[in-house]
Amino acid sequence: MPNNPPLSSNIHAPSHSDAIFSQKGYSSPICEQNDGFSAVLLENMVAISLKSRTFVALYEVKANKMNIAIIKYNAGNIASVENAMKRLGVEPVVTDNVELIKKADRVIFPGQGEALSTMEYLRARRLDEVIVDLKQPVLGICIGMQLLCRHSEEGDTPCLGVFDVGVKRFEPKSHEEKVPQMGWNTVENTKSDLFEGFEKPEFVYFIHSFYVPKCDWTIATTNYTLSYSSALHKDNFYATQFHPEKSGKVGERILKNFLDAVH
Amino acid sequence: MLAKRIIPCLDIKDGQTVKGTNFVNLRQAGDPIELGKLYSEQGADELVYLDITASHEGRKTFTELVKRIAREINIPFTVGGGINELKDVDRLLNAGADKVSINSAALRRPELIDEIARNFGSQVCVVAIDAKCEDDTVHENGDPRIDGDWVCYVNGGRVPTQYRLFDWAKEVNERGAGEVLFTSMNHDGVKHGYANAALRRLSDLLTIPVIASGGAGTKEHFRDTFLNGHSDAALAASVFHFGEIPIPQLKQYLHKEGVSVRL
Repeated sequence: MPNNPPLSSNIHAPSHSDAIFSQKGYSSPICEQNDGFSAVLLENMVAISLKSRTFVALYEVKANKMNIAIIKYNAGNIASVENAMKRLGVEPVVTDNVELIKKADRVIFPGQGEALSTMEYLRARRLDEVIVDLKQPVLGICIGMQLLCRHSEEGDTPCLGVFDVGVKRFEPKSHEEKVPQMGWNTVENTKSDLFEGFEKPEFVYFIHSFYVPKCDWTIATTNYTLSYSSALHKDNFYATQFHPEKSGKVGERILKNFLDAVH
Repeated sequence: MLAKRIIPCLDIKDGQTVKGTNFVNLRQAGDPIELGKLYSEQGADELVYLDITASHEGRKTFTELVKRIAREINIPFTVGGGINELKDVDRLLNAGADKVSINSAALRRPELIDEIARNFGSQVCVVAIDAKCEDDTVHENGDPRIDGDWVCYVNGGRVPTQYRLFDWAKEVNERGAGEVLFTSMNHDGVKHGYANAALRRLSDLLTIPVIASGGAGTKEHFRDTFLNGHSDAALAASVFHFGEIPIPQLKQYLHKEGVSVRL
């Protein structure tokens, strides 16, 4: 096993097709439980058989020849993002390994959780420094988005500061407005390539008690007690307050747009 | 605007849906995943899978099923049935459920709610309450059983407790539940509509969303629970399973009637 496995592809392919991948110059790493891009590079091997399934797998690899790292930390809901990526035909790696995160083509910073304990966890592992220095497209989801901001009212927590804006708690104005906001709401005023193909306000799934006010980096707004930022974009950093991995076909489109992002 | 949610509920025994369906286009009518996907495509906003298996073996089968659902369904889903302690919650969330629904276990040991909220976050904790109004007086507006004594039941509605609906719901809210799912035993299965007076009182009393359950028979019943009962979501089983109310038509109807729904 090489120390620095090639990261050209991390599709979980059937083993009989390994030879085909290497013949075409792809590696076919097999993602194991240990969070590594445990790659198996089978060079100089000839194709054994050309089953139709192999062709399908090969085209998928071409289309998604990309390493996706999902940051593993003490937040919930991370497996949902992993499952959503797999439904798109991409095999992500869920990891807190700094090198794997740095090398990935796309990084997803997902989760449901609480600001103070998650920030403490990230700091203890120096992931806070790693995340802000990333140069590839990064997608923060829900608490991931809030942690990318400067500060959160939740636990009075200093956060990562990629977006220089403070996270606030919803103040319900009527009894109909429950906290957390839970359910489907629309994203409006969408801009940025994250919402490529959106022609009208679309419904996406939210669960949150804290929100990011509208700011210079707002690329979508949603109304709940007030109009706030449901998505942000600055340089290589994208973030959504809603859960694209739980938002049906609309969410899948957003995740695909993120994979296609050139920033 | 936050949409009102439509939630089909699927009863599962030994890994299969229990109630028959007349969906002819399903490959396997009893397959919970096929049915869940169909509902998702039709516009269901969430799904509830209720394990009604009693045996230990059945529990394992259900956990495996939850893993498959998480891989294949791209909208949020809640699982319930047989959750007695924190390790059951951990097992089902790890399998990929978005939320768990607890019922009898919470009434037997209310601290379970605090523990779930603290360990996994309020958003995963749905507390289901089965209650029966002991007062059969019909109110002058035709809405039965408004302010009577609502007694909470355990063990699938078989055993009454000392708890009263509104006190218990308030306690559940304060202990950190994310949602309340209220089933009126008087209304369940009768198809005369939801217990809207009690639901409205619950909604006014609580700061968390309320899911109405029990009594759906027509499209008007859904409208009424949203507009009069102030419910945040409506759950139903047989009207969906038997195709009596197709979800797309229900949503179009609700939209026309001025209810905010995801179309």
